[in-house]
Amino acid sequence: MGITPFVLFWAAIFTSNILLTNFLGMCSYLSVSKEVESSAGLGIAVTFVLTATAGLNWLVYKYILVPFHIEYLQFIVFIIVIAAFVQLLELIIERYVPALYYSLGIFLPLITVNCAIFGVSLFLVIRNYSFLQSIAFGAGSGIGWLLAILMLAGIRNRLKEKLVPAGLRGAGISLVITGIMALAFIGFSGIQAVQ
Amino acid sequence: MIVNIIQDTGILTAVSTILGILLVIAQRWLSNYGDIKININGKRDIVVKGGDTLLSSLAEKQIYLPSACGGRGTCGACKCKVSEGGGPVLPTERPMLSKAELADDIRLSCQVKVKNEISITIPNDIFNIRKYRSKITEIIDYTYDIKGITFQLLDGDTIEFLAGQYVQLNTKSYGKVRQSVSRAYSVSSGPEHKDHIQLIIRLVPEGICTTWVHNHLKVGDEVEFTGPYGDFYLRDTDADVIFVAGGSGKAPIKSMLEHLQVTGCDRKMTYFFGAKALRDLYLTDEMRAFEKVFPNFKYEPVLSHPEPDDVWDGKKGFIMPYFKDAIRDANNTEAYLCGSPGMINAVTKSLKELGVPEEKIYYDSFG
Repeated sequence: MGITPFVLFWAAIFTSNILLTNFLGMCSYLSVSKEVESSAGLGIAVTFVLTATAGLNWLVYKYILVPFHIEYLQFIVFIIVIAAFVQLLELIIERYVPALYYSLGIFLPLITVNCAIFGVSLFLVIRNYSFLQSIAFGAGSGIGWLLAILMLAGIRNRLKEKLVPAGLRGAGISLVITGIMALAFIGFSGIQAVQ
Repeated sequence: MIVNIIQDTGILTAVSTILGILLVIAQRWLSNYGDIKININGKRDIVVKGGDTLLSSLAEKQIYLPSACGGRGTCGACKCKVSEGGGPVLPTERPMLSKAELADDIRLSCQVKVKNEISITIPNDIFNIRKYRSKITEIIDYTYDIKGITFQLLDGDTIEFLAGQYVQLNTKSYGKVRQSVSRAYSVSSGPEHKDHIQLIIRLVPEGICTTWVHNHLKVGDEVEFTGPYGDFYLRDTDADVIFVAGGSGKAPIKSMLEHLQVTGCDRKMTYFFGAKALRDLYLTDEMRAFEKVFPNFKYEPVLSHPEPDDVWDGKKGFIMPYFKDAIRDANNTEAYLCGSPGMINAVTKSLKELGVPEEKIYYDSFG
């Protein structure tokens, strides 16, 4: 694909938001979005891990899976790489940036099972991105996810004092809001769609 | 074909192994905090290897904070004051800490990691808690899933405890279970017997410790436990007493009654024991015998789901409706509960509705 990494980055945030157009990474999105502060923490962690694992998995795919003709094992290998990276990151942050560890620490293991991260790794293979494109796509997707969870957290914060019908409280109303947010994001698609 | 499968598996294994080794090296390197000093109560310093939780670092130095859940952060028993070096309060601790405790620097020691010099305050009687070595001398089948096990202390050792307190058994690895866990059980024998303790343990399906106890321990085995823990003991007042127990919750109350038998007691006491069916009742004759020992004691077993062929003319259904008759003056009544969290919640609620003051309802919560 001939899209420049720069365009890809912005497209991944707005027109092809990983959460609002692909609906990936929903579980932690719904469960952690109660507070703006923790949403921001998780969002930043996801962005960082997404950017790094997109690059790592691109390298792993290109230099290990393709040469040995084991592309069909990409699911397992990608997950192992993501899990190992998150584990390593947790160790490093705990040691060197304790303040960040205390705010992010409990979210990091959650990220291992965040399907947005795995999804991005699979997209970059399917769409045949270059290394730079992958990094840009990963970073853009992460920021897009951060944006989506921040918006939902903000809206949920305001909903706290509102009367929500009993049957819709919690995940129900969050999904409705997410649907409306996704509709609003269609408005961006004049810019550039990534398919 | 087979060659391909072997080759692919090999590559996959190689990738995982390399990542695994990387992580192990990183862990060695990054989680090595060297020797770290812990200051206790401003008096004593101990030096531990950093990187572990406060709870297990202290246990390594034979200082045993109570921990009913074994360090999972669900029971809140291991609280202690960390005045310096504990880092910010973690989200895993918050649900267990009240506002007053937060303001007073109380932390869950199983969640706080020792990474730099740390100052803590723990109650002095914690130092009485220590490890005991014992040998099993008797195993009694009370019901199909409840056993009473007697642990004789080795080398003439003795234990001092209050009737109602609990100890923590340390399991050994068995079968497929490799790790050692520690679980809390109330002592069921009276504190007058200092050379042995008895525990009553119900088999929990899939429970690591209870499976070990029920299926692997035999008379003559050596077992380690720590204790005594807890503030669940009979208050020395003249208030009326309601005991409520279910299942293996009989243990601490049996200990209290045996202790009272020695000291003598004429308080009005009613003991409700909740069970499903006749086959869940045990030690009934012993409890009935206490009715003759004490002038004012009544044992009331209640069956919730008697089997069709159970011969039972006693009380049926939930235990809660029967409390009313046992209470003379709610303000002058103490309640001692031991059982599942669900039972404790329901009983506490019903007692409060009947006017029993919340601070006079005592229970151990084994989360």
